[in-house]
Amino acid sequence: MFPRPIEKSSAATATTYKIALPIALIVWLLPLIAVMLTSIRSVGDINAGNYWGWPSSFNMVENYTSVFTNTPMFQYILNSLRVTIPTMAFTIVLSCLAGYALAIYRFRANMLLFFIFIAGNFVPFQILMVPVRNLSVDTGLYDTVTGLVLFHSAFQAGFCTLFMRNFIRGLPFELIESARLEGVGEFKIFWYLVVPLVRPALAALAVLQFTFIWNDYFWATVLVQGDHALPITAGLKSLNGQWVSQWHLVSAGSILAAMPPVAMFFLMQKHFIAGLTLGATKG
Amino acid sequence: MAMATATDLPTIESKGFIHRNRMKIAPWLFLAPAIIMFLIYVILPIFQSMSISFYEWDGLSDPVFVGVANYIELLDDELFYTSLKNNILWLVLYMLAVPAGLFIALFLNQNVWGIRLYKSMFFFPFVISQVVVGLVFSWFYDPTNGILALIYGIFGGTAPAILADERYVTYGIIAAGLWPQIAYCMILYLTGLNNVSPDQVEAGRLDGARGWKMLWYVVLPQLRPATFIAVVVTVIGALRSFDLVSIMTSGGPYGSSNVLAYYMYETALSEYGYRMGYGAAIAVVLFLIMMVYISFFLYRMYRQEVEEG
Repeated sequence: MFPRPIEKSSAATATTYKIALPIALIVWLLPLIAVMLTSIRSVGDINAGNYWGWPSSFNMVENYTSVFTNTPMFQYILNSLRVTIPTMAFTIVLSCLAGYALAIYRFRANMLLFFIFIAGNFVPFQILMVPVRNLSVDTGLYDTVTGLVLFHSAFQAGFCTLFMRNFIRGLPFELIESARLEGVGEFKIFWYLVVPLVRPALAALAVLQFTFIWNDYFWATVLVQGDHALPITAGLKSLNGQWVSQWHLVSAGSILAAMPPVAMFFLMQKHFIAGLTLGATKG
Repeated sequence: MAMATATDLPTIESKGFIHRNRMKIAPWLFLAPAIIMFLIYVILPIFQSMSISFYEWDGLSDPVFVGVANYIELLDDELFYTSLKNNILWLVLYMLAVPAGLFIALFLNQNVWGIRLYKSMFFFPFVISQVVVGLVFSWFYDPTNGILALIYGIFGGTAPAILADERYVTYGIIAAGLWPQIAYCMILYLTGLNNVSPDQVEAGRLDGARGWKMLWYVVLPQLRPATFIAVVVTVIGALRSFDLVSIMTSGGPYGSSNVLAYYMYETALSEYGYRMGYGAAIAVVLFLIMMVYISFFLYRMYRQEVEEG
């Protein structure tokens, strides 16, 4: 293990380490801690410039209630969910099917397709912006949740296919071979044999996708305009314009936007990290 | 019986065709939905953008073919050069996330009580939206109420208005971007460190390697895959920088914090006008820059695939 385990060092070093750890964490998360504190401050504190001292009173309920009653925040959260959840489901279906094909079958275009999926995943959004927006306008999908879902599903299919393909590659191929010898159809093999085996990968993909889509801001700005479809990221930006210097409300809104992905990450930590660090250990 | 066989025969034959070729047809059926979606929303738009970049188009009236006029205009566009220069600044400074992430990963790679929780808390900045990161840092930089003002105040100075000052604004935004990016690199390295062979580290210790030498000669070579991924995601992240610029400054003051990604958006779709063709030309330039890195990444993956067979 590197660096040398702290328990093998002198008692003084070990103690220093244990004290340094929480201090480092507080410094690192200072921005978040400050936002949390500000989101429960009173208007008085804000006007008096008391941003960094102890709050004079705790106005958590008032501030958050105010965000929900005076702004379309609830609608924004709902929109984000309406975009995120169907996209997760849709991408997983697309990428399982495609990843299975690329992992199991040998055919000439296999490698080429695989690389197109990977490359597509890295292109700058701006090169897609004008045509995708036009397409959405022409098909009546501009300013709708469906338009965002379709775009995200298609774009994310690149990364997810790469992910599923590599995962399915790692499964024992003999299982599939023997099922074929038994005369089981190709789709049945996929559905009854492979899908149950890839469950852990599906969990990792689902939680990664949730975070990526929830946090998307660019496409939310480009493909959506009205409050009826605006996800929370873009909604927060537009509210920020109205809440000039009302930092307690900006903070409360920020916390609301940050919560779901943080919660998701905490619940599914192992899967999340496994998904994100794919490729960081080999190659 | 004989009749039944006669009527069954054609079906058997057609079934036979599909059956004989099923291994050729099956992959395409599995791939079809993803390929169609990817084609419509990713592959075709790339070529459409390239073609639009040769037109002058406001998105409403008929596009007018102008040849390479948009690209020639770019050569004389002050704002384009500012964006390009800022993109390079982003690329260079964003790279700090890689060693910084390694440093934090080394700091956290211990087995004390509660370390798992520490690791996940350190990772938080990456999980939250860049919109939130941008808002928080804008407020930090606020010259009257921000934490920066507070620190300057302690020493009796006045804080510069970072986001309103052409000299500092890009650095301010990059600093905000580094926060989540360092967390990302950290998690890559933590996973990498898990897989560092304890035997080799022990062998190194016996040979008298310690500290920096151990890190450089024994540990870092084993972390090469993590470093590679960290560099790739950091380059992509730097070139994709859009959210923070949009939230914190909208490219201002006077376009001084613009980057290609934001400048493109601004020309093609904002109150400054709808110049789709010109915007597409900027996007093509950004795409070509990105392609250099993408090709490098793909080449490496290709070699790996060939090795594995």
